[in-house]
Amino acid sequence: MTLALALEQLLNGIQLGVMLFLMAAGLTLIFGVMGLINLAHGSLYMVGAFACAAVAAWTGSFWLGLIASLACAAAAGAIVELAVIRRLYDRDHLDQVLATFALILIFSEGTRWLFGDFPLYLDIPALLQGVVTLPGDATYPVYRLAIIAVGALIALGLYLLIGKTRLGMRIRAGESDREMIGALGVDIRTLYTLVFALGSALAGLAGALVGALQSVQVGMGEPVLILAFVVIVIGGIGSIKGALYGALLVGVTDTLGRFLLPQLLALFVDPSQAGMIGGAMASMLIYVVMAVILAVKPRGLFPPAHA
Amino acid sequence: MLTRENTVNLVLALLLLAAPLAANALGQPFYVTLATRIAILALAALGLNLALGLGGLVSFGHAAFFGIGGYAAGILSSHALSYEPMIFGLPGTVQMPVIWIVAVIAAGLVALAIGAISLRTSGVYFIMITLAFAQMVYYFAISWPAYGGEDGLSILVRNQFPGLNTMKPLSFFLVCYVVLLAGIGLFALIRASRFGAALQAARQNETRVATVGIHPYRIRLTGFVISAMITALAGALYADLNRFVSPSMLSWHMSGELIVLIILGGTGRLFGPLAGAALYVAFEFALGGLTERWQFFLGLILLGVVLFARGGLLGLLAGKAKHG
Repeated sequence: MTLALALEQLLNGIQLGVMLFLMAAGLTLIFGVMGLINLAHGSLYMVGAFACAAVAAWTGSFWLGLIASLACAAAAGAIVELAVIRRLYDRDHLDQVLATFALILIFSEGTRWLFGDFPLYLDIPALLQGVVTLPGDATYPVYRLAIIAVGALIALGLYLLIGKTRLGMRIRAGESDREMIGALGVDIRTLYTLVFALGSALAGLAGALVGALQSVQVGMGEPVLILAFVVIVIGGIGSIKGALYGALLVGVTDTLGRFLLPQLLALFVDPSQAGMIGGAMASMLIYVVMAVILAVKPRGLFPPAHA
Repeated sequence: MLTRENTVNLVLALLLLAAPLAANALGQPFYVTLATRIAILALAALGLNLALGLGGLVSFGHAAFFGIGGYAAGILSSHALSYEPMIFGLPGTVQMPVIWIVAVIAAGLVALAIGAISLRTSGVYFIMITLAFAQMVYYFAISWPAYGGEDGLSILVRNQFPGLNTMKPLSFFLVCYVVLLAGIGLFALIRASRFGAALQAARQNETRVATVGIHPYRIRLTGFVISAMITALAGALYADLNRFVSPSMLSWHMSGELIVLIILGGTGRLFGPLAGAALYVAFEFALGGLTERWQFFLGLILLGVVLFARGGLLGLLAGKAKHG
């Protein structure tokens, strides 16, 4: 195991964490403001990826695809909020789980209807192709570094949006007392639609960015969705700060676990066994981390103060 | 007492028995298999209904227990057929009753561990944590190659039940039907018992339950474990029905489907899972015959039920539930 390899894995972990943050930020925002648990968030991730892949294939430009992914995911989110989600705010979590589960079925089969059963592929834009050299003579793809940069920018943007703008003030007010902010004359219904569309756009962006690293296919959002759930449970549901730390923790733990556990076990058992057991253990590692954190802090690392 | 709900329940139970008998007499074994599927899914959802309907514990991870039951059947029979001993030199078996016991105990132990951690939380946290734990089991099954990994494990010959030829569809259906009825009986007993009363009271008002000296955590944990055991039993039967077990039995879609079955039928009702399973399998069969994209329409129907018809099928047929 060289330092360069370890550094590469660490960067991969951060990159995964950043993607998870984009997903988790939307989920946690929607839960924090509207009290809604949205299983269909992974579908919006898929919508973003498909929109980007389709538009990029049509126009030849990844950047137009990226804009399309933001627009399509935000629009899909707004439509879903207006048509379905808005009826669920007063319902219990069970109804929310079921209705958004139904939305997943509709989105997944609808996408299959439109695009067929075969995956689409999305190329990394020319500007971001190529590699950079890391200390220790290893190389690392520019595109993955760009994803990390985008994630950092989004995190900063969200911090400014929520902390410093009027819209952010309303979102925070909506989190702490939705009746009161309604009584003060803020159009709470429009605010909810906006927040939902914002969360959806973030999920769509994540989907489009990851679409260039893996194939774009139906069902791609679900593994990410579940990791994002783990992230927000660890971070504290409703807390953006928690989502950021949780996402990085999960991303790095998962990636380094898959890399280190087999090697660690190889010191004790023979290599083929170590690969098998290590792989199985690594795939469970983040859930073990989650269980430990919850055993100590049942409301996550950064529980929102008002909850 | 022959209330409207009891009448509907009786009709449902008799229909589920009569339909495969008739299908078998007419030489249509496919419909017998369909009825078996209904009975098994109903049993799985019945288990979940104990936690979800009575205890108000929205477990989004019951696929874990369903799959553990399935893998118990698959692993035990594969060892029995290959004559390879398992850990501690224990032999495999193809006897269903033994498999059922192993499935129930294994799932019970896992549920004890998962429940002990998950029940420290509530609400949305509980939903997500049970989901996450089920995913953990799912990924374990995928990445552990000894029993097929991602490809799953075939059960070459359906496991045996003493005195019956389980390869005959009708015989196997009857086994499942009797197990389902026993499960429904157990559910009714639990619901009427002091434990059941405490479990339901913990859902309605946790503070009051604690005030009268009952520890809600222990009651819930017990309910969660029993619930998992029933679902695992259904999983063992399901593996035998398909003669195949794969990680898809553990997937979160399965957890979602189990909740869907309960809601379609009517939450917390004795025969809700059966009504829901019958409706679900009927949808799947009817829509699946019309279009390949039947899940799209299933989604629309489900959305309609959640938004506009909250009592489920039994709510429609038998009026509002008596117990709140």
